[in-house]
Amino acid sequence: MSLMHKFLGAATALSFSAVTAIAEPALIFDLGGKFDKSFNESAFNGATRWATENNSSFKEIELQSDAQREQALRRFAESGANPIVMAGFMFATALGEVAKDYPDTKFAIIDMVVDAPNVRSVVFNEHEGSYLVGMLAAQASKTGTVGFIGGMDIPLIRKFACGYVQGVKSVNPDAVVVQNMTGTTPAAWNDPVKGSELTKAQIAQGADVVYAAAGGTGVGVLQTAADENILSIGVDSNQNYLHSGKVLTSMLKRVDNAVYDAMTQGADLETGFNIMGISNGGVGYALDEHNASLITADMQASVDAASGQIANGSLAVHDYMSDNSCPVE
Amino acid sequence: MQKIPQWADVVLVPLISLLLAAIISALVILAIGQDPVEAVKLMVIGALGSTYGWGYTLYYTTNFIFTGLAVSVAFHAKLFNIGGEGQAMIGGLGVAIAALYIPWPHWSIALLACTCFAAIFGALWGYLPAILQAKRGSHIVITTIMFNFIAAGLLNYVLVNVMRPPTSMDPATASFPPATHLPTLHDLLLPLGINFSRTAPANITLLIALLAAVFVWLLIWRTRLGYSIRSFGQSGSAAQYAGINPVRITIITMLISGGLAGMMSINTTMGEAERLILNAPEGAGFIGIAVALMGRSHPLGVVLASLLFGFLYQGGAELAMWMAIPRELIVVIQALVILFTGALDNMVRMPIEAFFAALRKSGDAK
Repeated sequence: MSLMHKFLGAATALSFSAVTAIAEPALIFDLGGKFDKSFNESAFNGATRWATENNSSFKEIELQSDAQREQALRRFAESGANPIVMAGFMFATALGEVAKDYPDTKFAIIDMVVDAPNVRSVVFNEHEGSYLVGMLAAQASKTGTVGFIGGMDIPLIRKFACGYVQGVKSVNPDAVVVQNMTGTTPAAWNDPVKGSELTKAQIAQGADVVYAAAGGTGVGVLQTAADENILSIGVDSNQNYLHSGKVLTSMLKRVDNAVYDAMTQGADLETGFNIMGISNGGVGYALDEHNASLITADMQASVDAASGQIANGSLAVHDYMSDNSCPVE
Repeated sequence: MQKIPQWADVVLVPLISLLLAAIISALVILAIGQDPVEAVKLMVIGALGSTYGWGYTLYYTTNFIFTGLAVSVAFHAKLFNIGGEGQAMIGGLGVAIAALYIPWPHWSIALLACTCFAAIFGALWGYLPAILQAKRGSHIVITTIMFNFIAAGLLNYVLVNVMRPPTSMDPATASFPPATHLPTLHDLLLPLGINFSRTAPANITLLIALLAAVFVWLLIWRTRLGYSIRSFGQSGSAAQYAGINPVRITIITMLISGGLAGMMSINTTMGEAERLILNAPEGAGFIGIAVALMGRSHPLGVVLASLLFGFLYQGGAELAMWMAIPRELIVVIQALVILFTGALDNMVRMPIEAFFAALRKSGDAK
């Protein structure tokens, strides 16, 4: 027994020495995976930008299962990582548990509100950005039918869809919006094959612009849209470059900025509630050399006007999550 | 007809398979430019080197014992139940309904009741494929795997539309009331003077899992029903000739199997998350197949194989956290173990059989 104790003691000492030397920020990706070309990758880019500018490094983990959320948070907190940034609303419950056990560690959660004194909650007004790309979609569409492909069927994605439909209808009240969700499990964030099938189905129903709000699944949507010669709209990161001239625009959700800001502030992270909307550059649409030929001056003018109105509050886009319903379909 | 001694069958073959899997894993880690020795060290220390590591290892082990037993029981009747995942999901629904809507005075009563709910819900989810197999001849492999998808769809609908608290966007139920929170190993071992990690999720369900293993052993080898199940599995027509009703045995076996798979959700839903989340089984239903294969469908083998896979899961998580090994490669390592212990069993077994045959021959010649 005492031998066992010695062994365990030595092993524990070893495991602690392996992890104590770090005092750097940590980033935890959600189940979609780091290189989803979308949400998680945007977070990764923000962290990488911070690391290169400061000639520093950060800890990271891609989760395999839900049980690892709390585990990863605790392990990073115990290792002294500060702040700990997590990309995804699914961390809320785990963070609620963990945050109070590590009062000296600062946490930042994206897409969700966790009410604790050492947590910064960053939420985005995705409905505003989706409204803008919806306007662009309606103006670019020749058939009057546009598509929406969501990832996992959850309120957050319905929030994207609702903003998008409102944008489409504001330009063309008679437009038809075909909506599909990829799936009902977190696997739906990372299923490009299904995304591709759904795109084909929507094309068959007449859609000629398809908006993918589906994380890694969107890669399949954009690919198929390009193959079938229709337009697509990317999400979260600027995905215009993926198929130059075939991607109408991307709904930018500046997750990278949120991560970058959190890491820049470091251990002195300002906690509390942080809304990233059009007014403070948190969401928007992407315009670059890859889609310049697709966006006419008229289109740009109308969207910029709406953008200004949303920013100054004269145009309100309905937020699905405020009452769990959408006034338009 | 014993080609190799029992000890070689039970110990030597799995060990050599494991060794082969470890060697190939090491090559894979080497190929991406990481140090395999460091990786193994990290895995062992991370999974077994502290009570924290043990807590996670045993948490995963508990899941795998339940699903491994579920698959084993069905195996004995030559029914390939790959619906453990769906049965566990629906079992979780039973736990959530029991824990949320009935006010329990104490965790022990809640645990008993929730265990029953989990088992009944899981069994019901196994019942439909069983009926289809027994009465209509729809193959159980096809129907159980399809029922996994139906379970996922049903659970998603219920969580998003019915059981989700109105203000939450996480597709999960509200947290269970504190009276239903199960004691963790920390709480259980403290009176014995052992300061087990407070944060690890392993809980009292581990004991239920071990009890379930004993129950399965008694059932299969010490009861008439177990005998019927085994004879039906060995030869359906002979069993029928002997007066064993194939419809009845198919259904009862699948009910037990589904019930065991459903009970897994006590550990994940009541013990760890303390609310019902989407995808609570996290693939344990499928790992159960590998566990049952490796454990030779014997409860003791299942418990040991579960411990191995629990180690792989927790060790893998530590690898992902502290080394630059992407999670896909951790799945590769886990898959290699499954491949060698499950699918490539004969590759190791045949040379060993030949070796023992040669040994016996030279013994006879003397």
